[in-house]
Amino acid sequence: MSALLKLVQTEMRLFVRDPVSFTLGLLLPAVLLIGLGAVPILREPSPDMDGVRFIDYFAPSVIVMSVAVIGLTSLPAVMAGYREQGILRRMQTTPVHPVKLLAAQLIVNLLAALVATVLVVVSGRLVFDVPLPGNPFGFAVAFVLGIGAVFALGMLVAAVAPTARAASGIATVLFMTVMFFGGVYLPRFMLPEAVARIGDYVPPGVQSLLDTWNGDAPDVVQLLVLAAVALAAGAGAARMFKWE
Amino acid sequence: MAIIEVKDLVKHYGTQKAVDGVSFTVDEGEIFGILGPNGAGKTTTVECTEGLRTPDSGTVSVMGLDPHRDAKELKQVLGIQLQESRLPDRLRVGEALDLYRSFYRNPADPAKLIDSLGLGARVKTPYGKLSGGQQQRLSIALALIGNPRVAVLDELTTGLDPQARRDTWELIEQVRDSGVTIILVTHFMDEAERLCDRLAVIDSGKVVAVDTPAGLTARVSAEQRVRFRPSAEFADALLLDLPEVAAVERNGAQVIVSGSENLLQAVASVLARNQIVAADLRVEQVSLDDAFVALTGKSIEN
Repeated sequence: MSALLKLVQTEMRLFVRDPVSFTLGLLLPAVLLIGLGAVPILREPSPDMDGVRFIDYFAPSVIVMSVAVIGLTSLPAVMAGYREQGILRRMQTTPVHPVKLLAAQLIVNLLAALVATVLVVVSGRLVFDVPLPGNPFGFAVAFVLGIGAVFALGMLVAAVAPTARAASGIATVLFMTVMFFGGVYLPRFMLPEAVARIGDYVPPGVQSLLDTWNGDAPDVVQLLVLAAVALAAGAGAARMFKWE
Repeated sequence: MAIIEVKDLVKHYGTQKAVDGVSFTVDEGEIFGILGPNGAGKTTTVECTEGLRTPDSGTVSVMGLDPHRDAKELKQVLGIQLQESRLPDRLRVGEALDLYRSFYRNPADPAKLIDSLGLGARVKTPYGKLSGGQQQRLSIALALIGNPRVAVLDELTTGLDPQARRDTWELIEQVRDSGVTIILVTHFMDEAERLCDRLAVIDSGKVVAVDTPAGLTARVSAEQRVRFRPSAEFADALLLDLPEVAAVERNGAQVIVSGSENLLQAVASVLARNQIVAADLRVEQVSLDDAFVALTGKSIEN
């Protein structure tokens, strides 16, 4: 088996064995959606939200949460830890460059975010009749760009943080920011208008997810901002990454 | 035949010269030691040899390969055990070997390696649950999984208990017997003395001497010393008359005789002729420790 495949397989095992990343990143978003849906009033159309049910309105924020947990807590901590523990350096002693280990990490975390999102969409649909994304192509584009931006930020943190501890610290600040603007802490209709509008552009772009979920076209400027963040942070991470 | 040639290696960190003109050659099939105090430049020297660091100047050839130009090729045949390198805590022993095995063209049989390293019962144990000695043995196993022709082992018994150290030494000898050339970086005298065919003593970034352990001690002095407590009084002249004896000292009831080769035999036979019994008899030779102090002007411990 090729080294990269073997690395992906290994990193996948480690991801599943880590109770934090597995439960918080993979299962909690779907569990949270189901838990909220269990509250009857959240399943009723609400005049506060133009007659939309809270559960429909909140589903994209749950996806924000899963992307943020995986991309901004799991990813940078693991990568900075691999550097701190000399795991990247050990790989430098082999014919396979440690960049492949980072690639495997990214692939596994992307898969995890994808699985978490599918769990949210499917459980919402099966349990509470939350409709499937109405503009699936637009939703996929928004999701890919959003996740790209968040993961690139996570990689940037891992690249520059001197220790795993520092990486967690910096990433936590980003994590809270993303969660706040993504409407996870407070539903966005409760946020001041200006804050909500800023939130439209904060990765992973909750508004684009919501628009495409509702069957509308995503806002092009929002998507461009996400793409720009993904490219800039990704390029920065690649340039500045310290191997030891 | 030389399998590794290092010539005039120089490496700075900032303004500090970590390695200052190091040269040595390693012959195929030997255990070559690099001995020196902490911070002497040992690790930097081997890391330049492995291609993990770029020297400022000097040349390195390992099996005819250039560690930079031929990095990928070299790493196929070079096994490296780093100082302080861990694995993910939840990665199991068998999985680690299986993973690293996939990095090489002609890997070793992991089952055999696990057995010969005494990790057979630990195949399913996660790395984080292994003892320090077991982690170290796994680290050696990973350095050997690619079937290397040369293995570089850096401070491999640091932090191990005495039994684990002796077991590790035995293992290294087995590896050498299987035809692998070994570079052993150490600051332990007993380890160097026990394992190494030849040694480079490094201090402050420079090679002070390259020789066999016996050759190094002989360079310093061939002097021997015999200590004992005599059962009866005798005059120093009794011993000083012997050609082998250079000096006689007394320290309370203890007599210390120093001299050249065959000192013990000469002293013992004179004492026996005079019916003197030598209690607590001890022979002391110059140790590698003494040689190190004489060569570098300092003790290895600091």
